[in-house]
Amino acid sequence: MADRRPKVVGFCCERHAMDAVVLSARTGEQVDVSVRLVQVPCTGRVDGLHLLKAFEEGADAVFVLGCLEKNCYYDTGSIEGRKRVNYVKQMLSEAGIEKERLEMFNAASTNTWAFPDAVSRMVDIARKLGPIGGGERQ
Amino acid sequence: MIVAKRKPLNEIADMVAPYKKVAVIGCRSCVAICLAGGEKEVKMTVSALKVKNKKEGRRQEFEALVVERQCEKEFVKEVEDKILSSDLVLSMACSLGAQTIGDMYPDHLCFPGLNTGFFGVPEEQGVWSEKCVGCGNCIIHTTGGICPISRCAKSMLNGPCGGSSNRKCEVNLDIDCAWAAIYDRLKLQNRLDLIESITPAKDWSASHAGGRRVYVREDARLTPHQKKGREAVQ
Ligand code: SF4
Ligand code: SF4
Repeated sequence: MADRRPKVVGFCCERHAMDAVVLSARTGEQVDVSVRLVQVPCTGRVDGLHLLKAFEEGADAVFVLGCLEKNCYYDTGSIEGRKRVNYVKQMLSEAGIEKERLEMFNAASTNTWAFPDAVSRMVDIARKLGPIGGGERQ
Repeated sequence: MIVAKRKPLNEIADMVAPYKKVAVIGCRSCVAICLAGGEKEVKMTVSALKVKNKKEGRRQEFEALVVERQCEKEFVKEVEDKILSSDLVLSMACSLGAQTIGDMYPDHLCFPGLNTGFFGVPEEQGVWSEKCVGCGNCIIHTTGGICPISRCAKSMLNGPCGGSSNRKCEVNLDIDCAWAAIYDRLKLQNRLDLIESITPAKDWSASHAGGRRVYVREDARLTPHQKKGREAVQ
């Protein structure tokens, strides 16, 4: 299992979260390349179904990165995003799947550490828990 | 509207586990409004069940479907082929939808994916509350438009009871006393005399206590001749 690259999907809002992603890249921060990023207009657009579909299609861990709450570009988008994440976490628990596989993070545009931090936390979780159901090695 | 809640996923998964091909059918009416069994909820349930199956290495086929109103045969008919080609239907309508499918295809299994709760209304986004138990003999014109049967824990007709305190119900302090609300409403309407008049025991013969109720409008029914005509067209 050691050589298997974890599959992590990140939904990032195109406002403060993507700003933070770009800024962290400019400052030379390294992130695990196995992360697939999905850019969304706002984390309020992230639907519970998107999160579940990511798991259904093979993600080991999924995260949502949005603006800081109370400083969201669209006012309450990241609050909506967190509510959806929490609901899907509850669905995962009911289904007997580790809810830690899904997390919500927030970032200000200038938080260069936020994206690499979210990625390394989710990659760690994905490595610790492995693929859902064992899965095939890659 | 009918207010329902999805059953916990592990319960649903256990129920459907023995069946290979499962048609999950929602309803676009009441249960879509209470976010329990509309198109979105059907798709999310199917997706979560697939993830669970992946974890447990179980192979099953799910199809997510939704009809306009599952309690009406005409709408169910639209997905008849999907029902008949499945091993099991998991209904995500209220139990009326599930029972309609059960009655239409009695040799086919149809299990409930929701727990049907009550007749209620959306109070605010994400909150639904019970307002009626279908007693069959409505009296809210005497109670300020507020139903004491469903909203009072004891269904008192001459409330409030001695357990009403600070506008809360003694059964559970999170519940508002229905009779405090009735008092306020009648006061607002200048009809407080009603709270002092004694309401006699209710005639419960129109309620569920007498067994299943069936309402008929003779003028709306089809004659055997008309029925035959309809069948011929279909
Ligand atoms: S089956 Fe009928 S009563 Fe039930 S949720 Fe659908 S429309 Fe409402
Ligand atoms: S009095 Fe009966 S019919 Fe009227 S709202 Fe209450 S339960 Fe429903």
